Amino acid sequence: MDLNFSAADVAFREEVHAFIRDHYPAYLHDKIDEGEEMEKQDFLAWHKVLHQKGWIAPAWPVEYGGTGWTATQRYIWSEETARADCVRLMPFGLSMVGPVIYTFGTPEQKAKFLPRILSGEDWWCQGYSEPGSGSDLASLRTRAERFTGDDGKEYYRVNGQKTWTTMAQHADWGFFLVRTDPTAKMQEGISFLLIDMKTPGITVRPIITLGGEHEVNEVWLEDVIVPVENRVFHENKGWTCAKFLLAHERTGIAGVAASKRNVERIKDVARNTADGGESLLANPFFKRKVAELEVDLAALEYTELRTLAGESAGKGPGPESSLLKIKGTEIQQRLTELALEAAGVYGAPYFRSMGEGDNSFAVGPDSARRVAPVYFNMRKTSIYGGSNEIQRNIIAKMVLGL
Amino acid sequence: MDFNFTEEQTMLRDSLSRYLANTYDFDTRQKTVREGKGWNPAVWTAFAEELGILCAPFSEAHGGLGGGAVENMVVMEELGRAIVLEPYLSTVVIGGGALKAVGGAIADDLIPGIIAGHVRIAFAAYEPQGRFHLNDVTTTLKGGQLNGHKAVVEHASNATHLLVTARTGGAQRDTGGIALLLIPADAAGITRRDYLTVHGTSASEVYFENVAVGDAHVLAADALPLVERIVDEATVALCAEACGVLKVLHAQTLDYAKQRKQFGKAIGDFQVIQHRLVDMFMEVEQAVSMTMMATLKLDSDERAAAVSMAKAKVGKAAKFVGQNAVQIHGGIGITQELAVGHYFKRATLIENQFGSVDFHLSRYENLTLAA
Repeated sequence: MDLNFSAADVAFREEVHAFIRDHYPAYLHDKIDEGEEMEKQDFLAWHKVLHQKGWIAPAWPVEYGGTGWTATQRYIWSEETARADCVRLMPFGLSMVGPVIYTFGTPEQKAKFLPRILSGEDWWCQGYSEPGSGSDLASLRTRAERFTGDDGKEYYRVNGQKTWTTMAQHADWGFFLVRTDPTAKMQEGISFLLIDMKTPGITVRPIITLGGEHEVNEVWLEDVIVPVENRVFHENKGWTCAKFLLAHERTGIAGVAASKRNVERIKDVARNTADGGESLLANPFFKRKVAELEVDLAALEYTELRTLAGESAGKGPGPESSLLKIKGTEIQQRLTELALEAAGVYGAPYFRSMGEGDNSFAVGPDSARRVAPVYFNMRKTSIYGGSNEIQRNIIAKMVLGL
Repeated sequence: MDFNFTEEQTMLRDSLSRYLANTYDFDTRQKTVREGKGWNPAVWTAFAEELGILCAPFSEAHGGLGGGAVENMVVMEELGRAIVLEPYLSTVVIGGGALKAVGGAIADDLIPGIIAGHVRIAFAAYEPQGRFHLNDVTTTLKGGQLNGHKAVVEHASNATHLLVTARTGGAQRDTGGIALLLIPADAAGITRRDYLTVHGTSASEVYFENVAVGDAHVLAADALPLVERIVDEATVALCAEACGVLKVLHAQTLDYAKQRKQFGKAIGDFQVIQHRLVDMFMEVEQAVSMTMMATLKLDSDERAAAVSMAKAKVGKAAKFVGQNAVQIHGGIGITQELAVGHYFKRATLIENQFGSVDFHLSRYENLTLAA
């Protein structure tokens, strides 16, 4: 046991720090500062810089394009990118379908898809949830019927509806859970398909969330024809991929580095917010809440480090990753609550002018901008990726044997 | 002890409830929000002329029903149930409350206008640096001229009058030397930046530059005790609005939990959901109790402590019930499509309006827990 960084780790941190300082697209900072919405090319701008450097997929095995970093180096990497306020990388290719493909895919699938995920050429979305299948994902009903085409090749004909599909409006490809055997027990008749989002029969409709954002969509599939070679792993064994992916999603979901950055940000805001002749950070109630957050965040951080150390020893993320998801999202949400509280009366403005041509003037301090919409938006974190209630069921069953 | 409404109060509640059910459904409300003015003048006219609710807390001499805080509580809870945008709180409770308190010619002059719907008052007390502290006032009234900046003044863009606190003497946070003014909203030297709030009303940054203020516009000199009383009355009315909002959040979530099926049964069959709904129910019931308690103590010596107790409890309830209503609904709870998300937004803003939970716990401590 040793909590200290080695000399090599310290040197690595300096290397990473210098790289971000010299190569992070500066205009993205301005865009974030101005409160502008991030667009596809903005996410890709940073993605492409990292791809060129060979640092786009630190978690991947080296043979598929990973960096070969130790768990400690990966930890340093996520800390430094959060500290520098880098835009997040879209997880759907890099953290979700990528690992599924290199773990379960055919050599052809690996050769076709992995390089394009790394380069950012393909933008992915996730077709899991359905209107009737949220927490009970395995009850999904989107149907894929197999048939032989006129060309003698094998295809699936896919019909159904997916929902909460993040960024589907920008996606080139989607990975979908579909039912290939309606007679089998729920989890056993499901397959994992990669679908080109330009295929005829796919309709993407926006869902606008409480903060006014367009992040998620409904995706309708009507007689969508998918070649059988776009199925990952065996027919009717897609649940294996789905579970693997969800466990992967849960570890990244803890968001420790970003939350640490946000705690610092809130302390800065509170230090510079007046409250009855003192700073808000001098208010014992507020200060205590910040302290509690820091304690809980440290507990999460060291639990994640223990989990990651287990992973690099070859165990892979297991059901204990549910702990990281629950505690990580609770902390993310508490941070947004504190930001809203710190804003005081300036939490209420929506920052949309009522006048013509005056759409973005700032009301109150910059730190108060959009705190309420962000608070509303972050309620999603205890719902997505398997709700926190479902995560507790997983721990109860898989870890505690209840 | 009597927690029952009078026959008149019950009639007031029922007629308003019926009216809102018939005319103020969620889609109609959202249409007003999308139009971007933060209110619908036709609704206000109907409140005045068809329903007559704007007269509820005023004396019969002014053309009112002879009611008071209980009537405001009844009205505000119903407005909360329909997440009504229109400015009853600022005009009737706050503006009307101030006029009732000072009385005299200005009250005789303006209260009938409030009742008729053509006098509307916005409350310009909080300042950018002042957080929730009513004594933190840098706006000045000197030599008959008003100068300063008031923050997030709800409904200023549709107000005919502004109720303003201004410093006539003393330092920035002194409790003495604060006057309460009522000035025409279109007086020379007043400028506004208007915007929408998160839940769809309008608010403004209001700037005063050498606005001429005569003695007739000064409702009270050294007015902080009066301002605190008016804000206490408003805070209790806001708690009543919250009760309406939270009752609907709970009812809609309960309904959803009975209908939504996962794993082959209604999600309300799962004990974790049942207990959550029970906890929400308990929060709502206690919010209602505290709101009644504080309403009935508004004229007592315990007023300030009672109001802060109520607001602290209601603020916590608003967070717990709002967050869990969304959680139990799942993804659909954070979309614009369902009403539940919009009730959640209103509940969230109420948490910090007139002071956060911490602010009111501190105030309660300072009033009652001398070491």
